Amino acid sequence: MAETFICKKDELQDGERKIVAVGEDEVGVFFHQGRYFAYSNICLHQGGPACEGLIIAKTQELLNEDRTSKGLSFSKDQTNFVCPWHGYEYDISTGECDSDRRLKLRSYQVVEKASDIYVVS
Amino acid sequence: MHLVSDNDRVVSVDDLNTSRLLKNARKQADIRKFDDMLIVDVDAHHYEAENFKDIIPFMENDVYRQLSLAQIAKSGRGVVNTTNFGFQDIGGRVTRYPLRASERTGPEKLRDIQIGERWMDAMSVDYSCLFPTGMLNIGMHPSKDMEVELCWAYNRWVTEKALPESGGRMYSMLCLPFSSPAACLRHVETFGHRKGVGGFMITTVRDDMPVYDDAYMKVYRAIEERGLSLSFHSGFNWGKSSVFQSCNRFIAAHALGFSFYNILHLTNWVVNGMGERFPKLPVIWIEAGLAWVPFLMQRLDHEFMIRSSETPLLKKKPSDYMRDMYYSTQPMEIQDMDALETTFRMINAETQLLYASDYPHWDFDLPSTISDLPFVSEKAKHNILGGTAARLFNLPPRNDRQRENLIKYGNLAANAAE
Repeated sequence: MAETFICKKDELQDGERKIVAVGEDEVGVFFHQGRYFAYSNICLHQGGPACEGLIIAKTQELLNEDRTSKGLSFSKDQTNFVCPWHGYEYDISTGECDSDRRLKLRSYQVVEKASDIYVVS
Repeated sequence: MHLVSDNDRVVSVDDLNTSRLLKNARKQADIRKFDDMLIVDVDAHHYEAENFKDIIPFMENDVYRQLSLAQIAKSGRGVVNTTNFGFQDIGGRVTRYPLRASERTGPEKLRDIQIGERWMDAMSVDYSCLFPTGMLNIGMHPSKDMEVELCWAYNRWVTEKALPESGGRMYSMLCLPFSSPAACLRHVETFGHRKGVGGFMITTVRDDMPVYDDAYMKVYRAIEERGLSLSFHSGFNWGKSSVFQSCNRFIAAHALGFSFYNILHLTNWVVNGMGERFPKLPVIWIEAGLAWVPFLMQRLDHEFMIRSSETPLLKKKPSDYMRDMYYSTQPMEIQDMDALETTFRMINAETQLLYASDYPHWDFDLPSTISDLPFVSEKAKHNILGGTAARLFNLPPRNDRQRENLIKYGNLAANAAE
């Protein structure tokens, strides 16, 4: 198991991400709501840089009891990152594609050591 | 740069650099040795509205030129129909839209050409057919005179300024002002011989577009006589169409619209026997995906067996005429591989399918969408990605390996062999 240095903890604020080289691969490391997540930076669609685009709450449409729509709103529970090539959205907490949960980006473990963070590969 | 996110948050991103954005495409091209294969993109775009200050002066009519210059002086754009709105970039999720202005280019040549070369090099595309973006809505312009003037000005600009700066790597099928058959003919006669002109293009988003009208026969014949191609470029019509105004989500208007308009006009083209009238005219249907083609083949064949009295010019089934025509690949529906394989079989993809990226638009396709298909032969991959287009548009290989492959698969065009 190799550990690749990402950055000092204070260099990655909540809501931010870093793209790092891990061997010959690229990995996107996200710091989201106090937790680290790391995924392959290759979109499962056509190979775009999946982790480099917009980070945005999932769009949802909730229904009333009578099945009428409450309209569109942003989820308070799920945040997605979006591949900038075509807009494939991935759940930041799982790496699953929001349109088809069977599609999942390769994930990496992130470890904290003292004031540093590392990706394990 | 910042992107607008949810609840007024902003997300920091780098300025746009097309080569960097497409670095993974370049890796794909290297792994697959795309540089050894001639790749022709029959449908790519630029944003001509950003060049209107250079395009509008080519308008011939003094009054329309003054009107247009005054308009762009005020707003920068706004000359082409503005009623077709939409959310192409999905709220900034497709970042090259909101970041486009941040991309740096040098003064040495037209910005559109520099950016074009960057994405072409990343994808290993050797030649691309340059089409406008906003002017794909020209068929909805309420003024026929303005349509004619704008097409004339754009076609002069693109053949005299843009294409020459591409060093031969970009060509075009020029936009015809279809509302005026006489003007269409003048365009063909004026521009048909110009360098980089591979044919002419009709935008299919139009309320009234009788492709079979006798007034157009001179136009089609003029294109056929010159050995050029005729293409139909589709689009959507969310803002103006009474049909699509029932769609409350952009996805619905877009998914249906592109296929709908090509279905509509191809049907009229086939049932009026245009394939019999112009058997040597290559006809290309662009940017509607492929899934609609098997549907329409079956639908028309079914009715033709009963109602052949309404189609007396046809000497074979509608689907046979459809197989005589060409289709661009993008946006290729790769969701059910068995269905896609059936589609390829029904289209005769090996000889009739032409790769298209549609870059930089949001649903672009890379060459790997074709090369990675498990059911397609090597010959068909070479043909679809560039060989067939090389023959249609007389495009020469750019290196010895490409020449060898073109010869191997019978695609070295006569002019290119010299």
